[in-house]
Amino acid sequence: MSTPHSSSTSSAPHRASPPQIPQSLTLAPTASSSASPSSSSASGMRDAAEDDSDSPPSQMSEDDPGGGGGGGGDRWEPDLRGGNGGAGRWAPPDQVLENVLESVLEFLTAARDRNAASLVCRSWYRAEAQTRRELFIGNCYAVAPRRAVERFGGLRSVVLKGKPRFADFNLVPNGWGAYVSPWVAALGPAYPRLERICLKRMTVSDDDLALVANSFPLFKELSLVCCDGFSTLGLAVIAERCRHLRVLDLIEDYVEDEDDEMVDWISKFPESNTSLESLVFDCVSVPFNFEALEALVARSPALRRLRVNHHVSVEQLRRLMARAPQLTHFGTGAFRSEAAPGGGLSVTELATSFAASRSLICLSGFRDVNPEYLPAIFPVCAKLTSLNFSFASLTAEELKPVICNCINLRTFWVLDTVGDEGLRAVADTCSDLRELRVFPLDASEDSEGSVSDVGLQAISEGCRKLESILYFCQRMTNAAVIAMSKNCPDLVVFRLCIMGRHRPDRITGEPMDDGFGAIVKNCKLTRLSVSGLLTDKAFAYIGKYGKLIKTLSVAFAGNSDMSLQYIFEGCTKLQKLEVRDSPFSDKGLLSGLNYFYNMRFLWMNSCRLTMRGCKDVAHQMQNLVVEVIKDHTDEGESEIVDKLYLYRSLAGPRKDAPTFVTLL
Amino acid sequence: MSASSANSAASPAVSGLDYDDTALTLALPGSSFSASDPAADHDKPPSPKARAVGWPPVRAYRRNALRDEAKLVKVAVDGAPYLRKVDLAAHDGYAALLRALHGMFAPCLGADGAGRLVDAATGAEYVPTYEDKDGDWMLVGDVPFK
Repeated sequence: MSTPHSSSTSSAPHRASPPQIPQSLTLAPTASSSASPSSSSASGMRDAAEDDSDSPPSQMSEDDPGGGGGGGGDRWEPDLRGGNGGAGRWAPPDQVLENVLESVLEFLTAARDRNAASLVCRSWYRAEAQTRRELFIGNCYAVAPRRAVERFGGLRSVVLKGKPRFADFNLVPNGWGAYVSPWVAALGPAYPRLERICLKRMTVSDDDLALVANSFPLFKELSLVCCDGFSTLGLAVIAERCRHLRVLDLIEDYVEDEDDEMVDWISKFPESNTSLESLVFDCVSVPFNFEALEALVARSPALRRLRVNHHVSVEQLRRLMARAPQLTHFGTGAFRSEAAPGGGLSVTELATSFAASRSLICLSGFRDVNPEYLPAIFPVCAKLTSLNFSFASLTAEELKPVICNCINLRTFWVLDTVGDEGLRAVADTCSDLRELRVFPLDASEDSEGSVSDVGLQAISEGCRKLESILYFCQRMTNAAVIAMSKNCPDLVVFRLCIMGRHRPDRITGEPMDDGFGAIVKNCKLTRLSVSGLLTDKAFAYIGKYGKLIKTLSVAFAGNSDMSLQYIFEGCTKLQKLEVRDSPFSDKGLLSGLNYFYNMRFLWMNSCRLTMRGCKDVAHQMQNLVVEVIKDHTDEGESEIVDKLYLYRSLAGPRKDAPTFVTLL
Repeated sequence: MSASSANSAASPAVSGLDYDDTALTLALPGSSFSASDPAADHDKPPSPKARAVGWPPVRAYRRNALRDEAKLVKVAVDGAPYLRKVDLAAHDGYAALLRALHGMFAPCLGADGAGRLVDAATGAEYVPTYEDKDGDWMLVGDVPFK
C-alpha cells in the first residue's frame, strides 16, 4: 500500500503484501473532494477542476474532455456481495487496517477510480462503500434504490438519470416512467446527512420535493435538468424548508403551472440572510414576484449565479444587478423594456450597471431581445468566457459589434440567424473558443437553413482549440468537415445535424462518409452525432477509428446491418447508442449481443426490428431489460417493433411500466 | 479516404446536381435523393413529406421558446362549465382553429348534424367572438389570421 498523503498515525503491520494499486487511481484531492462540501460545484458530476464556462445543460453531460464521467467503469462485473466466493471462512477484518484504508480512499473522488478500487478485494469493497460521498447512477432502472442504499453507507450526493435522451424529441410517450419517488423514499431514511440531489430526465412531483425538503435537514443543492411533474407549489416547499439551500438550479424543466394557480415561491425563502449561491429558474415560465426576488438577492451575499425567466424588463435587471454586483453568471431573461418606445431605460444607463458587475463571466437569456440594448453589455464582453445567444434571433450585423469584443470567450451558443457571416466574425475574434452550439431558428426539415459548410470552415480556421461542437444546418460538404478534423485536433464532441434527411455533400453530391471518417480518424471523439446521406462505409470508418466513442447518435443513415456490426465490433468504449429511422433489422441487433453488457443502453426506433429479434435478445441476455414501446395510438399486437429500449440492469424488469411498454 | 472512392454504394446518387434552389429538378424541394438512389430499394425512406416525429432533434423547450411567444388564449363558452386554453400558434388558419374549438367544447354542449356548436335548449348556434386590444368584441374571421 502506498503511503497515504495525509497520514493518520497508524502504522499497522500488514501480514501479506497488499494487492497492487491499479495505475488509474488518482490520489490527489480534486476540486470536488469530499472533505469540504463543494457548495458552488456547478460541475455536476465532473471530477475535473471546475471550469468557468458554465452552460447549464452540459453540467449534467458526460462529455468531459478531461476523460472523467462516472458510470459503471469499463467492465461489467457482478456485485461482489453475497458470500459465495472462495472456500470457507476468511479472517475477521482487521479494523485498524480498514480505518487506514478508509482514510486513504477518502481522497478518491472519481467514480471510475472508486469502481476500480472496490473490485480489488472485499476489504477494499467495504471501505470504498463507506467512503463514497457521491453516487452517480446513469440509468435509474439499472439498480434498485434499496440495493444502492444497502451498499453505500455515507452518501452526501446522488446523481440520477432517467429517461432515454430521445424522450427530449417526443419519442417516448408520457407516462413511460423514471419516477424519482421510490428513490427519495429510500434515500430519506438512509442518508439524513444528504446534501445534494441532481436529476436529469426524471419525473418529480410536488410531493417528491416536499419529501426531499422534509427528509434532509442539511440539504444544500437541488439541480433538476429536463425534468417534469412539479410546479411552483413544490418549489415553495423547497424554498421554505431547506434553510441551508445553496443551489437551486432548474434547467429546461417542464414546470406545470396554470397562470392563475401558481404560487409565489420566491417569497418563501428564509427572511434572514440566505446561503444561496446559485438560483436558476429561466424555465419556470410563469410570472413571479419581482420585489420578492430583489429582496432575496439583497439578502443573499453569496449569490454568484442568477438566471431569471423572461418576465423581467431591463429596468428590473438593473435593480437586480445593483443588489448583486458580485454575480459571475447572469441570465437576463428577455432583455427588453416594458415601457413605451422612447421611454424606458437608456442604453447608457444599462451599460453602467453592467460595468459595475466586475465579476461577470457568463451571460445568457436574451429571449425576445431588443437589439438596441445589446451595446449595454460591451463593458463586460472582454471578460466573458461564456455567452448564450441561442434564444436571441440576431443578424450578423447585430452580432458583430458584440462578438468582436469577446476575446476570451470559451463557450458560445447562438442561433443560425447570424449566418455564415456571423460565424466568421466569431472565428475572427474567439481564438480561445472551446464549445460552440449553433441552433436553428426554424427547426424543420425543409427550412432555408442560414448556416452552411462555409461557416463551419471559418470556425475551424479561427477556433483551433475547439473541443465541442453542435451544428444545425441544411448544406454541408465533406471538405468542411475534413478541414475541421485537421484544424481542431482537440475535438472530443462532434454533433452535426444536417436537417434535411439523407442530404449529400452539397458540392460533390457524394455521401458524407468521408467527412465523418476524417473526423473520427483525426480527432479523439468521445461523442458523435451523424447526419446527412451516409452509407455503410461511414460506419466502417467509425468502427475502425472511433475507439474512444462513448455516445453515438445515428439518424436516417446506413444501408444495411453491416453498419451496426461495424459499430458494435469497432467501438469498444461504446456506452450509449441511439438509432432512428435507419434500415437495420434483427440481424443487426443480434450482432450486438456480445457487447450489450458493456453498454448503458441501446435505443432504436423506426428501424426494421421485429418482436422475434427482440425476444431473441431478451432470451439470451438475462441481465438486460428489453423494452418494446408502443405509441398510445397503436392498437393490438404487431410483429413490427417501432421502439426498442434495452439496458443492462441488476434490478430486472421494472414493476412500474405502463401498459404501452412490453418487457420481454 | 480519397474522394474518388467515396461512393462504395455504387449509386450515382446525385449525378452532379447541387442544391442551388434555382436549378430545375424533378425532386420536391428539400427531399432526399434516395428516390434515384439504387441503394434505396434496400432502404426505403418514408415519402419525403411524411414528417418524422422529433426531427430535427431540437428540444421542446427550445422550440416553444423560439415561437412567437406561444399564443395561448383562454376560451369561454356560454353555458360550458369551464374555460379552455388554446394555442393560436398551433393552428394555421381559422378553419383549423374552429375545428379545434369545436372538438374541445362539443362534448359538453352538443353539435348539430352540420358540425356546428348548438345550444341544446334553444337550438341557437354558437358564434366565436373575441375581444381585441381596444376592448371591442369582434367576430372571429374578420381579420387575417396572422
